[in-house]
Amino acid sequence: MTAAPALSIQGLGFSYGAKRALDGVAFNLAPGAFCALLGPNGAGKSTLFSLMTRLFTTPEGRIEVMGHDLSRAPNAALATMGVVFQQTTLDPDLSVRRNLAYFAALHGIAGRDRDRRIDAVLDRLAMRARGNERARDLNGGHKRRVEIARALLHDPRVLLLDEATVGLDAATRGDITTHVHALAAEQGITVLWATHLTDEVLPDDRLLVLHQGRILADTTAAGFAPHGQLREAFLDLTGGAPHAAI
Amino acid sequence: MLPFDPRAARIALVAIVTREALRFVHQRERFLAALVRPLVWLVVFAAGFRAALGLSIIPPYQTYITYETYIVPGLCGMILLFNGMQSSLSLVYDRETGAMRLLLTSPLPRWWLLTCKILASTLISMLQALVFLAIAAAFGVRVSWTGYIAVLPALLVAGLMLGGLGLALSSLIKQLENFAGVMNFVIFPMFFLSSALYPLWKMAESSQVLYAICASNPFTYAVELIRFALYGQFNPLALAVTIGTAVAFMGLALRGYDPARGLIRRKG
Repeated sequence: MTAAPALSIQGLGFSYGAKRALDGVAFNLAPGAFCALLGPNGAGKSTLFSLMTRLFTTPEGRIEVMGHDLSRAPNAALATMGVVFQQTTLDPDLSVRRNLAYFAALHGIAGRDRDRRIDAVLDRLAMRARGNERARDLNGGHKRRVEIARALLHDPRVLLLDEATVGLDAATRGDITTHVHALAAEQGITVLWATHLTDEVLPDDRLLVLHQGRILADTTAAGFAPHGQLREAFLDLTGGAPHAAI
Repeated sequence: MLPFDPRAARIALVAIVTREALRFVHQRERFLAALVRPLVWLVVFAAGFRAALGLSIIPPYQTYITYETYIVPGLCGMILLFNGMQSSLSLVYDRETGAMRLLLTSPLPRWWLLTCKILASTLISMLQALVFLAIAAAFGVRVSWTGYIAVLPALLVAGLMLGGLGLALSSLIKQLENFAGVMNFVIFPMFFLSSALYPLWKMAESSQVLYAICASNPFTYAVELIRFALYGQFNPLALAVTIGTAVAFMGLALRGYDPARGLIRRKG
């Protein structure tokens, strides 16, 4: 028997006025899957994330997270989801621990349980020594680690990352992608990793290519580019979009 | 939908209030500015106008009062008004920095999250107003102890109304740069076209049109609610208008933050 999808997107459409941003987007992610959502800038990735996190309501189609319909049961769906946005959302004036504690409180977690979880996620991301530093004093890579730690604080089953490595150097990006792959493999967390950087996608990763609001390919990275030329295959498919992948 | 979990809601409320309080503590200049502004009015403006403005006996006062005494409730209202707008500015900043996304994607009802934000900003406003009242007492404008206690719920209701206004405005302001317009088109008209600085009968002597505008300004009723409360009296009309306006502003804010209408509906 096939397991119910952790994330199910069906017939999703969205427009900004007359401009169509998403059109007929549909895919399912199995529990524990790592899926790269590859698309050039302006492909509709952030719009898709805004719909999946209910910053926008879903005008067309349906989104289910761990079996919860996002439109009908938004709180139940959001409770199972961890999100790392493209834009940093840490409070720069608060310490790392206070940032995490604030997020924990928004998920109804307090007291010793909160402290235990904060220690655990900081350990997991090798950030415990920096727990009392103010967020503004961290470098870009460490800020991203804290944001990933924060997104894991409430034990989500689905982790959404929207261009989580943007602006980071290659080594830091490599560290973060390796860690997130391990989360999916070792802890069974379903990961949707939106990026426009082809070097962040591993051959065995499930790959969705989004371009001009449509899913153009749904396969593995190895299946999409059998000879390992992922960037070239991507540019061929998207017509060499000028802001395409690196 | 998950049932509304009172424990989770309480934890979130405490966290949001604490965060706003910490932010306030980190911004000492904001606290000083919030106090200096009404103190300048009390010490400088009121001294200058004391002789020019004659005040007859009007409720809740039972005798002739100094102009300083008259404007203290209005200056409390000014603190709440500016702080409400300050919280609006901070919400726009939160939106630009992405912090608002974090709040709105948490698994609690959006109306509760927004109520927590308003309540947090109101509690900080109340604290500033109480400090101002203490300083005003040092300058000779004192009320009875019962007045200081009775004014607390009045400050709360008025603060919620102006916090609601700030929240509603923050859903309309797209960028921080547009905030100057709010100063010119919301704060100043709301403050000057009210009973904060002069009684409405004075305004009626000058212009019936301006009097009608002042009499229909909800800020006038918030100020009168505070004024009556400071003297241990209850003004039911002021309370009804202030609560009604608070509910209306809150409704507008909820509408502005409705994901279907989308304050965050920006190009993604």
